[in-house]
Amino acid sequence: MNPSPRRREHLIGLRGMPKECIERILDTAAETKQIFGRAVKKLPTLRGQVMVNLFYEPSTRTRTSFELAGKWMSADVVNVTVSASSVVKGESLIETAQTIAALGADIVVVRHPAAGVPRLLSRVIDASVINAGDGMHEHPTQALLDLFTIREAKGTVRGLHVVLVGDILHSRVARSNIWGLLTMGARVTVVGPPTLIPPGLESLGVRVRFDLDAVLPEADVVNMLRIQRERQKDGLLPDVREYRAFFALTEERLRLLRPDALILHPGPANLGVEIVPQVLDDPRARIHEQVTNGVAVRMAVLYMLTGGGGRGVAA
Amino acid sequence: MAWVDKVQVMDEDGMKRAMTRIAHEILERNRGTENLALVGIHTRGVPLARRLAEQIRHIEGADVPVGVLDITLYRDDLTTIAHQPVVRRTEIPFDVTEKTVVLVDDVLYTGRTARAALDALIDLGRPARIQLAVLVDRGHRELPIRADFVGRNLPSARHEIVSVRLVETDGVDAVVIQVKEEDL
Repeated sequence: MNPSPRRREHLIGLRGMPKECIERILDTAAETKQIFGRAVKKLPTLRGQVMVNLFYEPSTRTRTSFELAGKWMSADVVNVTVSASSVVKGESLIETAQTIAALGADIVVVRHPAAGVPRLLSRVIDASVINAGDGMHEHPTQALLDLFTIREAKGTVRGLHVVLVGDILHSRVARSNIWGLLTMGARVTVVGPPTLIPPGLESLGVRVRFDLDAVLPEADVVNMLRIQRERQKDGLLPDVREYRAFFALTEERLRLLRPDALILHPGPANLGVEIVPQVLDDPRARIHEQVTNGVAVRMAVLYMLTGGGGRGVAA
Repeated sequence: MAWVDKVQVMDEDGMKRAMTRIAHEILERNRGTENLALVGIHTRGVPLARRLAEQIRHIEGADVPVGVLDITLYRDDLTTIAHQPVVRRTEIPFDVTEKTVVLVDDVLYTGRTARAALDALIDLGRPARIQLAVLVDRGHRELPIRADFVGRNLPSARHEIVSVRLVETDGVDAVVIQVKEEDL
């Protein structure tokens, strides 16, 4: 009765993921995106498979996006938001995950405040693990949807100048974006307060700048990272007003941006902190498109992880 | 283990005659081209659908819309495939609702591809009717599915491969039966 164990594929991060693999995810997402225009928003691809969203951090957007992606591909989706309760009861992470796997989960989407948790789970449970954000490590599906949004608008990522603005140090979105963008042949510049830029980025080929006004006119894409106030406890962030004066995308700075540039934001935006409300209405902003593309990209990832040796999404 | 050609069962002329006959049969069955649409199933159903549209234009002087259907996300054997097949473009540039849609594929075998194509098509809308046209029907059905238009009925053994080759995809028009080298 014991079926031979399948080799499971995982999506932990974009670091080291080959270009062909990223391209294939983006190509597949171009097809899954078509579901938005269809009479029946349902594909039978994951019928009979159980997908568990295991979230140790609050998240509405990412969880909803994964949930919809799973449902539209006919998986049975269960949301497990681990509040303090299990932790209070003394249940360890691995116990929780093994319980979920024992209930028959085929796919576990995990978000956790500690870096490395998705990788750890992928080693101890028999299910495909997708990283939905782990600590300051990676958030690969966010970066994939950013890449998809750029490629969709610009035709290619190669050769584009992409500027990431904000708290690079604490940002898993920035990390995944840097890996993905470099692999796809983009030029990457990060801009932020010196205290929030990790050392060593130059050695990867990333430019580091502190003067946003000087960088904006030469940007093809500007990705405004969210200032995560919950992560600013070490006094590394000057105060919000000072941050805004130097690094926020304001109306004045919108004028510095080229007419064909793209504005991205991973959401949810702190309006008045990293961007002003007028940015949302700017024709160059792709912030709502990013939400739509997020579902398409996650559908593509689900498809590629769940059919035997998907090969390559294992990075 | 290599597959080798055993016998060619259709050449360029044979294929052309079969396609011309199918075009006539489609027109006859549907009394012309009104509300008619062709949808080719990836890969080789696509050029075959285009050829049928060309024939119909030749016979009837009317343009019939042609769509492309990729059924990868509808397959029922995904977990048994070693590597995930690439999802290709589905492009149906017309509303299928109330249309008579002729699905076109190269080979009808177990019927599982046709089953998946039916599901995929129905998810796009509600066609008035769906018909199936294939160049070769090789038997061995596993589902209660039959073709409306058949180029050639070709009794085959399960251990054989029926290989349809088209100029557009393979550089030559031919239908060939292949067997494993050691069975030759």
